[in-house]
Amino acid sequence: MTSPSISDVGSFNASDLIEKRLGARVPRSVVEELKAVVTKYSISKEQLDKIISEVEKEVEENTIDPGEPVGMVAAQSIGEPSTQMTLRTFHYAGVRELNVTLGLPRLIELVDAKKTPSTPLTYVYLKPEYKNSREKAIEVARKIEMTRVLNVALRIDVDFFNNSINILLDRDMLEDKGVEVEDVIKVIQKSLKKARVTKSEENPYEVVIQFEEPIDPTKVERLREKILGLKIKGVKGINKVIIQRRGDEYVLVCEGSNLSELMQIEEIDYRRIRTNNVKEVEEVLGIEAARALLIEEIMNVLEEQGLEVDIRHVMLVADMMTRTGTVKQIGRHGVMAIKDSPLAKAAFEVTVKNLVNSAVRGEIDKVTGITESVIVGNYIPVGTSKVGIVFNPHIKIEG
Amino acid sequence: MPGKRSLQDLSKVLEHELVPKHEVLSVEEGLEILRRYGIKPEQLPWLRASDPVARAIGAKPGDIVRIYRRSPTAGEIVVYRYVVPG
Repeated sequence: MTSPSISDVGSFNASDLIEKRLGARVPRSVVEELKAVVTKYSISKEQLDKIISEVEKEVEENTIDPGEPVGMVAAQSIGEPSTQMTLRTFHYAGVRELNVTLGLPRLIELVDAKKTPSTPLTYVYLKPEYKNSREKAIEVARKIEMTRVLNVALRIDVDFFNNSINILLDRDMLEDKGVEVEDVIKVIQKSLKKARVTKSEENPYEVVIQFEEPIDPTKVERLREKILGLKIKGVKGINKVIIQRRGDEYVLVCEGSNLSELMQIEEIDYRRIRTNNVKEVEEVLGIEAARALLIEEIMNVLEEQGLEVDIRHVMLVADMMTRTGTVKQIGRHGVMAIKDSPLAKAAFEVTVKNLVNSAVRGEIDKVTGITESVIVGNYIPVGTSKVGIVFNPHIKIEG
Repeated sequence: MPGKRSLQDLSKVLEHELVPKHEVLSVEEGLEILRRYGIKPEQLPWLRASDPVARAIGAKPGDIVRIYRRSPTAGEIVVYRYVVPG
């Protein structure tokens, strides 16, 4: 079939012919692959016809039949390997300072469509023009890393005698975070209207907050917390930034996520920014992006554990979860809640509550699904019992 | 849900590598799709009108959106979503 044969008999365009006969019915990747292979050899029209028919037949045979219980197969194909996953929660993702939830806990988190993952991470890539510059990477890291007064303060004292609060700043931390003493003063002054914030005369790294009115001892704890929690700079939600070198570029790995704000930042390549927070991706990038990320994340978990699960099963799960336009969990609040049948819902979880609610609302079960059919003792509508016979006595046959 | 975002931000969304190409179908095209599959529009997967991509391409409830997904198994695959309010 693949041997080089007599140079083309008559002129015909192999690509066009393949496109015409297979284009609409066969997956794109198969068509492209066939085109690539065929153009390498000179094949006669008859041979090409034969190849195309062969491919058609093969695709036809491997297509899932109508009525195949694909959901059941997917559930088993993901479920069985999952029993072999280690229960070890944390894994160090290449960096010592950062750990990521992986394995079974992460898988559960994904199919439960949790609002925030237990270890949210964001991978920030820089725009092509900056990606090789370590200096630029550090600059951006400093810019996005959330820094509070708390992070640069060494000590905070309340001086009731002088009616002031003194904050001693950590010189090393200031340098590390790229913050000036003046920045700290400015931030504190902005939030405290009834006080004068100055640099101490004895120590250039000490900030004195001089209050006009006497400090109320009952409120001092709250005031202290307020001052320490003030944001000096950074993006909300980004707690720690680590610079990694990957191949020929620098990547900022951030603990926490805040896509919509990070995408605004000038130096960041907003096309490639990644997070493992599926719900956030749904909100910022839409349902299709969430679906793609969900598939990717589930496959990563399975692959990391050395389990081989076909991606098609995972795609089916992701399709079900994103069907209604929002990410729904696999469970009684998500995909199960969409079901019409009260019996199917009752058979899953919280039986009594479901039955009572359905009874109160006077719901009708048409017994068209699998679970209901099993309950009443019908054939389940799967495979050959999915087809039925419809008889219409009013149709007149001509002739 | 972050508040109203500007058009410029929404165009950034369309360029992200996770977001496949979406396009709004004309009424005729939409009917053709429904006829081909023999289904009602609600039976298609849904796309919320508040979805960032739906807003970026200006899809209104009742529209059918064609999506060109990149698939590791089939190369490129065309799917449809029905835009619902919400």
